[in-house]
Amino acid sequence: MADAEALLEPLIPALRRYAYALVRDHDAADDLVQDTLERALSRWSLRRSDGDLRAWLFTILRNLHVSARRQGQRRGMHVELDEATSPSTRAQQESGLELQDILTTLDQLPEDQKSLLLLVGVEDLSYDDAAKIMGVPTGTVMSRLARGRQKLRALLETGRTTLLRRVK
Amino acid sequence: MTDRNLPIGEDELQAFVDERLDGERRAAVEAHLAAHPDLAERIGTERRQRAMLRSRLDAKFAEPIPARLRIANLRATRRTSRARGWTSAAAAVAIFVCGATAGWFANGIAPASLPIAPTASVAHGAQAAYRTFVVEVAHPVEVGVQQEAHLLQWLSKRLGRKLAAPDLSSFGYRLMGGRLLPGGSGAAAQLMYDDASGRRLTIYVRATEGTETAFRFQREGEASTFAWIDQGFGFAVTAPASREELLPIAEAVYRGFDGKS
Repeated sequence: MADAEALLEPLIPALRRYAYALVRDHDAADDLVQDTLERALSRWSLRRSDGDLRAWLFTILRNLHVSARRQGQRRGMHVELDEATSPSTRAQQESGLELQDILTTLDQLPEDQKSLLLLVGVEDLSYDDAAKIMGVPTGTVMSRLARGRQKLRALLETGRTTLLRRVK
Repeated sequence: MTDRNLPIGEDELQAFVDERLDGERRAAVEAHLAAHPDLAERIGTERRQRAMLRSRLDAKFAEPIPARLRIANLRATRRTSRARGWTSAAAAVAIFVCGATAGWFANGIAPASLPIAPTASVAHGAQAAYRTFVVEVAHPVEVGVQQEAHLLQWLSKRLGRKLAAPDLSSFGYRLMGGRLLPGGSGAAAQLMYDDASGRRLTIYVRATEGTETAFRFQREGEASTFAWIDQGFGFAVTAPASREELLPIAEAVYRGFDGKS
């Protein structure tokens, strides 16, 4: 257990980044990371020594997130719709082209596509590791990734068109 | 120059977007894109959006790790008190936190989803039942306390477990009655109590998977719930009370069922 700290801490910034992109709330994201780390610590001895620690942690985090979302939906709360319809942050405004906040746009994708765009595109996990995290074959990862990127592109382009029309 | 006629698939285009192609294949994709401007524009956009997403999240990645996430701090608080969920009540009632899902991790990272903690599921069932019936004026219970013996016999039979109604009079709550509900894969029983001011408290019991667990505290709106699992059954106590008020009641209920099972 002595090595847990040395192995886990360097991975925390990436876990926080993924969690924040998923839940879009700083405190809720840290709650999710905390649950992930507690679970990892309590299962430390059961972790496979040949397995990739990073992929294992992302698996735990994503599963906790998916479970919590499922429970939230059962209770009839769906936060993401509110977020999707709220005015997007104009963080990219100066670029002129992409006016919508890319994270807000990403929220409109199904969870599996959103997670893949983050795990592969941001966290640099291999396609095989991403497949293990999502519990699907690598081929499915590739097609979902393509579909997710296509959808994101379409959404960002629509946002731009809408805005241009409004300006006219 | 690489052969331009080599087939380029969507997978390879994605790998190009992710900058994961080695020199030869990357050159092949670049050549292909040069010959197909529409595709080149699409792939260029995808690359740019991938870079945008990364830079959008840079600041989050660069933040210092908050104290509550430091491993040393997490370790120090483990077993004593959890910030959310598990409570130190575990020690009070001397039952062990036992990972019902521990076996899952022994298999590495392959499985698709993590089962919801059984206590969370029991707590949710209890809260849903509480919300539904505690506001009921005309028929808060299906069988009233006048027929207590019949009620308990009937619920025991349907649950497959001898059910007693714990005496909560020392907390000011008296039994009103109970009802049978669907719960998990079988039946659930709800016993309802009220106090002099009309506040209602429910005890919810149903068969459930999982081994013994510590108390799990959950609050939803006004209603607080302590849930736990013991000998194949999930129990939950729900009332519009604070955690501190509810804990001794939950302990009394736990002891009540433990002695009579």
